[in-house]
Amino acid sequence: MKINKLYLALFIFALIAPAALYPVFLMKVLCFALFACAFNLLLGFVGLLSFGHAAFLGTGGYVTGYLMMHTGVTPEIGIICGTICAGLLGAFYGKLAVKREGIYFAMVTLALSQLAFFFYLQAPFTGGEDGMQGVPRGHLFGIIDLADNMSMYYFVLAIFIFGFWMIHRTIHSPFGQVLKAIRENEPRAISLGYNVNDYKWVAFIISSALAGLAGSTKTLVFQLASLTDVHWHMSGEVVLMTLLGGMGTIFGPLLGAGAVVAIQNYLSGGEMGNYVSIIMGVIFVVCVLAFRNGIVGEINKVIKRNFGS
Amino acid sequence: MNAMTKTLMSVAMSAALVSTGAQAALSDDKVKIGVLADMGGVYADICGKGCVAAVEMAVEDFGGTVLGKKIEIVSADDQNKPDVGSAKAREWVESQQVDVVTGLVSSAVTGAVTKVLTDAKKLALISTSASNAFTTKSCSPYNAHWTYNVAALANGTVKPMVQAGKKKWFFITADYAFGHALEKVATGVIKSNGGEVVGNVRAPLGTTDFSSYVLQAQSSGADVVALANAGSDFVNSLKTAAEFGLTEMVDVAGLLVFTANAKALDPAIASGMKLTTGFYWDMDDQTRAWTKRFRQRHDKIPAMGQAGAYSMTMHYLNAVKATGTDDSETVMKYMKEHKPNDFFARNATLRNDGRMVHDMYLVRIKNASERKGEDDIFAIEKTIPGDQAFAPMLSQCDFK
Repeated sequence: MKINKLYLALFIFALIAPAALYPVFLMKVLCFALFACAFNLLLGFVGLLSFGHAAFLGTGGYVTGYLMMHTGVTPEIGIICGTICAGLLGAFYGKLAVKREGIYFAMVTLALSQLAFFFYLQAPFTGGEDGMQGVPRGHLFGIIDLADNMSMYYFVLAIFIFGFWMIHRTIHSPFGQVLKAIRENEPRAISLGYNVNDYKWVAFIISSALAGLAGSTKTLVFQLASLTDVHWHMSGEVVLMTLLGGMGTIFGPLLGAGAVVAIQNYLSGGEMGNYVSIIMGVIFVVCVLAFRNGIVGEINKVIKRNFGS
Repeated sequence: MNAMTKTLMSVAMSAALVSTGAQAALSDDKVKIGVLADMGGVYADICGKGCVAAVEMAVEDFGGTVLGKKIEIVSADDQNKPDVGSAKAREWVESQQVDVVTGLVSSAVTGAVTKVLTDAKKLALISTSASNAFTTKSCSPYNAHWTYNVAALANGTVKPMVQAGKKKWFFITADYAFGHALEKVATGVIKSNGGEVVGNVRAPLGTTDFSSYVLQAQSSGADVVALANAGSDFVNSLKTAAEFGLTEMVDVAGLLVFTANAKALDPAIASGMKLTTGFYWDMDDQTRAWTKRFRQRHDKIPAMGQAGAYSMTMHYLNAVKATGTDDSETVMKYMKEHKPNDFFARNATLRNDGRMVHDMYLVRIKNASERKGEDDIFAIEKTIPGDQAFAPMLSQCDFK
């Protein structure tokens, strides 16, 4: 009941937010929040640290950008295709990566995403360092003109809610219970008869497809797909967002993404512009040393201590 | 009678149009200039804070107000990333009433930003980008490209060398948009003057170890090794070339050299190299006087893009004042019809394609004994008239 009220409050806030805040900034937050939520599905609920999620974000973005620019499909088709391609890449990468655990899993995903980075750097259709510029936003279902920031915002909000619902559904399904069991005690899950690698693989595919969905949407918002999205810095940034917000919580990545994007946006213009990376580094260190559960994790702890039974 | 009425009507209507044009005045009751540049990365020295200082200086020299309204300046760091730059430009024009964006360094960023600005019908005043794309294949009626471009560099530096009998060329190229564009244009100049390109190699942006590239250049049998890169890439590749003795065997041509780079190099390595620039601070009394004032704000010798940023801001503000509006089309029309003329813009004109054509200079890096001070770097060999330096206008980019 309490949680439902929270959802409702957030939803109403999201509906009226563009009246007060710059819509493109909000869309950026939503895209990164979806990306971080997708990442959190792996890290927070299966315990797999992927260090190559940028590859899926970028793949979604480039595929959608290419389709929108050269085939004239409508945005929803472009986004679906981008998501599917990211999911397929995730299926391939995941199959290889889940064979290993811990640091080796992280290294395998990092290596594979660097392969993707090099491919996008050299492939002629991506525009290399220039990126894919001037991607049209198009007309949703052929009717609604997305060039208007407001209609684009509500479209992005709908996509985010869909992605968020997908993750919520996955976590609270029997499948999600098994994932959590694997996170808590993998040998025990194996001894109970679960094919652990297959469960991890499916979770990896869902996560990568949703990361691709975030990338596709981001490309439409900014009308640009660039190497930044596939660079390993991006893989690191999503780790920061998730840890800062609270790994393994539903709302953590949302809050973490909001905080990181806001810091980047509002500091880059001012006098502090040169120190953004230093500030982020300090925040990361403080977060790891002082509140390891992240913002939402700590709040949850306080609530449990004071009100929990 | 009927014809008479029609004529009268059209006169009345055009009079009405003219008067509304004059009353259009300023949007949001101010003129707001955005300066977008790399503030802390590899290109920070060639525009960056210096460009902000130059724009501030122009605004101050103009009087701080235009048509009785305040002129505001905002600036941001694009980190040389197209996504960061275009997002910033979008935010500026959509939510912060910015009328015009200047600075603009990395060609990749400028490409993305000019698309956003053209969609929003706002002007892009490009000071330091090298690519010629903004006035050719992605030209727009809202672009004005000042200072220089790859065509001017190739025509200025490469052409005289080929004509002097250096026929075989080898390229060490920065592996991104700017390097590719420069190599392509320079190759065209070499071929049309009877030379040939015997090989090329592409090094990623920010390479520190150029030895394998230099060895390839050494074994290519070229007369000239051209460095189609910039900034620290140029400095590192030239140092490596000197260490391997390449500079003694063949001519090494730096295609894009900024004063700050030339200053950083040991004169023993760099002296005698000829290159093309759009501005040199120690050219005559006018440039020296401007430089002296510039250095009171930003204590470094001005790069050509920084001088260009001042010149283009001044020309823009003059146009706003004369037309009485900050409407992009009206201002741009005025800027194209009236020739810019200041310490930077000599024999200059802003063509219909947005290319600002002005005198370029072929300079030589001085050797140690010639230099009178640490900032005494270039000796001007020749003035290249604008129409010889820049490529002719393409018909599809002829925006009236």
